Amino acid sequence: MIVASNLTKRYPGGYEAVKDVSFEITAGQMVFITGHSGAGKTTLVKLIASIERPTAGSLVVNGQNLSALRRSAIPYLRRHFGMVFQDQKLLFDRSVLDNVLLPLQIVGLPRREAIRRAQAALDKVGLLSREKALPIALSGGEQQRLAIARAVVNRPTVLLADEPTGNLDTESATEILELFVAFHQVGVTVVVATHDQNWIDRYHPNVLRLDHGRLL
Amino acid sequence: MNAWLSQHRAALGAAFRRLWATPLNTLLSLLVIGIALTLPGFGYVMLDNLRELGQSASGVQQISLFMNLDASKKDVGEIESRLKQAATGKWHFVPKEAALKRMQANEGMAEIVASLPRNPLPDAFIIEPTNAEPAALEILRKEIAGWPKVAHVQLDSAWVKRFDAFLKLGKLALWMLAGIFAAGLVAVTFNTIRLQVMAQAAEIEVARMIGATDAFIRRPFYYFGALQGALGGLLAALLVGGALRLLAGPVGDLAALYGGSFSLRPPGVIEIAALAGAGAILGWLGAQLSVSLSLRKFD
Repeated sequence: MIVASNLTKRYPGGYEAVKDVSFEITAGQMVFITGHSGAGKTTLVKLIASIERPTAGSLVVNGQNLSALRRSAIPYLRRHFGMVFQDQKLLFDRSVLDNVLLPLQIVGLPRREAIRRAQAALDKVGLLSREKALPIALSGGEQQRLAIARAVVNRPTVLLADEPTGNLDTESATEILELFVAFHQVGVTVVVATHDQNWIDRYHPNVLRLDHGRLL
Repeated sequence: MNAWLSQHRAALGAAFRRLWATPLNTLLSLLVIGIALTLPGFGYVMLDNLRELGQSASGVQQISLFMNLDASKKDVGEIESRLKQAATGKWHFVPKEAALKRMQANEGMAEIVASLPRNPLPDAFIIEPTNAEPAALEILRKEIAGWPKVAHVQLDSAWVKRFDAFLKLGKLALWMLAGIFAAGLVAVTFNTIRLQVMAQAAEIEVARMIGATDAFIRRPFYYFGALQGALGGLLAALLVGGALRLLAGPVGDLAALYGGSFSLRPPGVIEIAALAGAGAILGWLGAQLSVSLSLRKFD
């Protein structure tokens, strides 16, 4: 599903965030990318989502080599992913429901069907009763659950998250984690970058441990 | 196909909502675009009216043939037979006496004519050639001028040609004016869209991140530009129509003073559609330029 071989990302200026990393993530796995702050977790997630391009090595996602991917093909690749960011990247000018509708509008789903699916996704993360609220009115944990609803509404094959619990208290973080585990259990490949050791101790997922850009 | 349609419908809806969301901005942009389109639009309608006036006034092309004052009945007969031979078209003879009578009938002329010691008018022929091409008329005029006892041959289309030349000049000036204002319209749209792209930076970034194509991101801006331009065009048509309405009374009075009847023709459906269409195309162009430049920073 996701195969990296000798993957390297060097930023302009010469800083190597990811160095010579090789790994394979198979479909349906739950994988945690961990490591200290600045170890290259975020860069690795960005590489997988083709937000960044590798400088050396190869990264193959769903059989497509990302280094050779045309610019116009990137949007279609990203639709396989559900993306969850530490800073959620919600749109604060529209309702909770409209935030979740955005990915479905992008793929051009008819409105009625889109609303049905968006409500189902909100129900899954426990926010259906808040569908008309504006994101600003939600708590931190609720905002992150909204981000997860938006990530899964298009039924992605991979759920990709970068420090999804970074700003949350333990209770909210556990709720988020439970959601990821639930999606993993229904067959979604889950890749989560986190520095939170508690999670790993509790759920024993496959772990990619990074240290200064190298895989340990 | 369905997805494609629904995406376009959504983009059009978004464009309408954006216009509606900032009524004051929208009104100001529409005014600028409307005024920019009004000037060339008004000029076009005026020229069109003048052209029509010229056409109806020129009517049939005529050649007037004036004989020498001393020409005899025999000379007139000679010209008649030559005209018959040349078979150039319809013609009729106007004897000098008849011409004088017609002149007397004109208001204010009777006294002047009565005071004349003798008839100053020559015998004349009015010829309506079948071939009204300017070049053919010119050849005919030259030929007739060479006939005996012919004092003067006048091509009555000369003023039509001058009028035509004037209209052509007017048209050229109008196109230049239209070009300048079109550039202005593109610039206005460019700026409006640039501000919108900046205001929606967050939405664009998120949409990109979750798999939106360039076309998906650009589409609402294109619709917005085209819609704004089209509405500006309609406003321009309204302004032109209003201006013509205000002018209609005075123009009618003026025409009546010259003993004619002439009414300004307001812009028709085709002209209104052309204004809206031109606005839409220029707006789309401005949006295209603006989005292409503004979206670069998201790469």
